[in-house]
Amino acid sequence: MTPEEFNKIGEKHRNKRDEFTHNIRVCTAAACATLKSEEVKKAFEKEVKEQDKKKTCRVSGTGCLGLCASGPLVTVNDGQALYAKVSVGDVKDIVNNIDKKPVKRLEIPADTPFFARQTKIALENCGTTDPESLEDYLALRGYESLYKVLTEKTQVEVIEEMVKSGLRGRGGGGFPVGLKWSTVYKALGDKKYVICNADEGDPGAFMDRSMLESDPHSILEGMAIAGYAVGADQGYVYIRGEYPLAIKRLRAAIRQAERNHFLGKNIFDTPFSFNVELRLGAGAFVCGEETALIASIEGKRGTPRPRPPYPAQYGLWGCPTLINNVETLSNIAPIFRKGAEYYASIGTEKSKGTKVFALAGSIKNTGLIEVPMGITLREIVFDIGGGILGDKKFKAVQTGGPSGGCIPEQFLDMPVDYESLAGVGSIMGSGGMIVMDETSCMIDVAKYFMDFCKSESCGKCVPCRVGTAQMHRLLVLISEGKASMRDFELLEELCDVVKSTSLCGLGMTAPNPVLSTIRYFKDEYIAHIVDKVCPAGVCVMESKEEVVL
Amino acid sequence: MSSSVNIITLTIDEKQVGARENQTILEVARENGVEIPTMCELKGLTPSGGCRMCVVEVAGIPKLLPACMTTVSEGMVVTTNSERLKKLRKNILELFFSERNHICAVCASNGFCELQLMAQKVEMSHVHYPYLYPHCEVDASHNRFVLDHNRCILCTRCVRVCDEIEGSHTLDIKGRGIEAQVITDMDQPWGDSETCTLCGKCVHVCPTGALIERGMAVGEMSKRKQLLPYLTQMREVKT
Repeated sequence: MTPEEFNKIGEKHRNKRDEFTHNIRVCTAAACATLKSEEVKKAFEKEVKEQDKKKTCRVSGTGCLGLCASGPLVTVNDGQALYAKVSVGDVKDIVNNIDKKPVKRLEIPADTPFFARQTKIALENCGTTDPESLEDYLALRGYESLYKVLTEKTQVEVIEEMVKSGLRGRGGGGFPVGLKWSTVYKALGDKKYVICNADEGDPGAFMDRSMLESDPHSILEGMAIAGYAVGADQGYVYIRGEYPLAIKRLRAAIRQAERNHFLGKNIFDTPFSFNVELRLGAGAFVCGEETALIASIEGKRGTPRPRPPYPAQYGLWGCPTLINNVETLSNIAPIFRKGAEYYASIGTEKSKGTKVFALAGSIKNTGLIEVPMGITLREIVFDIGGGILGDKKFKAVQTGGPSGGCIPEQFLDMPVDYESLAGVGSIMGSGGMIVMDETSCMIDVAKYFMDFCKSESCGKCVPCRVGTAQMHRLLVLISEGKASMRDFELLEELCDVVKSTSLCGLGMTAPNPVLSTIRYFKDEYIAHIVDKVCPAGVCVMESKEEVVL
Repeated sequence: MSSSVNIITLTIDEKQVGARENQTILEVARENGVEIPTMCELKGLTPSGGCRMCVVEVAGIPKLLPACMTTVSEGMVVTTNSERLKKLRKNILELFFSERNHICAVCASNGFCELQLMAQKVEMSHVHYPYLYPHCEVDASHNRFVLDHNRCILCTRCVRVCDEIEGSHTLDIKGRGIEAQVITDMDQPWGDSETCTLCGKCVHVCPTGALIERGMAVGEMSKRKQLLPYLTQMREVKT
């Protein structure tokens, strides 16, 4: 395929889009879909037909627009007007005023900090493309990076570009992507694999789901580029079965890409072939751990094995395997489109680029955001997030899910990057960010996460299997006011045992929520144990109940 | 054996030793008289790395590594018996004891039990974690063997021997975490199993009294683990 031929494809679709003067996009990602955005979309289609504006108005579904708290969301001409909480009854007003001023009562001003403070790279196409349409993706210069990479660059050049971008793995560990690619590239083997880890299991995290639902083609493009760079011809997307919409859209995207020869044999008439298959997870959190994930794809019980050897050397069916998370892969195509220098210019010295966070918990603007690395937590919580729900007092923000920790108020002005978060006892993680106010009890939070780890431990190694069960038991005792300081010491000791001797990342990081709450909220533990009171009023103390009875 | 395997040197507990490149730390340590405690490991079976008793410190690596699955490398400095490791091993062993109902006084394997011996080896005086006392079943449906979940430590030796040596894969694990349990076939009573060949290897590799021969009274069930190296050798000769 010549460059002219390729450019024509994109141009054709761009022209088609430009024929319409108004693009009405209705968010159809999971959060808005649960608020019946499909009905809103249908109402728009009907209204446009009735008002005879079919030639000028295009109604389409789109991916996540970010502000999930105010769904269903609708945009007109990508940002000219953004409407929140649109119901079927509002449709008429919006279509009536489509040539005039936006409808005031529904409109969210474009300069709202929630939108103005974000930098979108991984989420670039989220909200401006119809996730079920390949044409839309092509109109936005989709598959251009893959074309450029396949026709202009050698494998080594691609890896060098990734090193230059400074991108680090977005799954939690923060391993430099360029380095990972080069190790798989250098590994000896006739057959290599690329795996996209879409087994997003952290409670409160929905970044990967939103990305897969909003822009599945960019992930496929990222996988194909990764496949070319490391020398793999087969890719797997390991996606959790709890994401039916993401699975449906990804499946459709793979079919579209195959039919149009963006995947399959001899892509763009080059010698490079790449196929992508889906593998569905069956609900085990531990399968997000790379060696357990590999076992699961192989059809075995999803349990991890000790590393080394790392999957880069000994992965799927013993072959060198590259495993990247959804967000990492969705950054690849934009990096090659905009240049590694551009990407590296964003962020801090050691953490380049942007990071997607899922804001949840006691915060006004819950939703999906993408911010440059180095932004402070205060900006995220109070500017973008709009502050605490009900204007209560901020208490802590939990990052990294069950592997992360709680960050208290004194660190709100700390820049968000891999090192700083690790320094205060939490982790970047995959991007879940749960905000807690003064009505949250930290023992209750620690208990919740320990319960999660206990039931999600695979049971292979003893410290994780028994240790998490013991720790959960102790936390229950503390929260019921039945514990002594001896139990508290035992809890601290168990944290050390589980952290240092567990087999995989799940066990090694399982004590983090406990350790970080002990570090910053020790007085709450003491209050539960010595005074038998829960300062936040969450835990029901056994002894008090007796008095009431 | 191919002659292309490189010979390297490393340090185990301040002792310089030589090794073949593809050996594990555990193998090299044993050859050189350094004893590293193990529970799930058994010569002749694929290592699992689950019991975590054999974790060692390797200079330059922040996390502890299982000796049974970590291959040696040139210049590696391994510590197997630091005070910290001794303490952690004791803690792990206490977790083993606290998990299910290990009551030696009424156990057929009393006196022959590896868990019991290990407690003596690591000088465990008591269990300072609370016992979880789970409710566990005893599967006595088989006419030759008994599976007592109360004594099981989920080392998966039985699962591995049944799959790798006998090749029938009757035994496996169901459930996750603290709920995990050894099952036969599709979680049917052992007596109804259609795949079990009655070979009894699982019983003899079991470190505790979880798998015993029917009719054994307290302290009668000694195990014959020496059968395993022989069988593995036979397998290697065949292939």
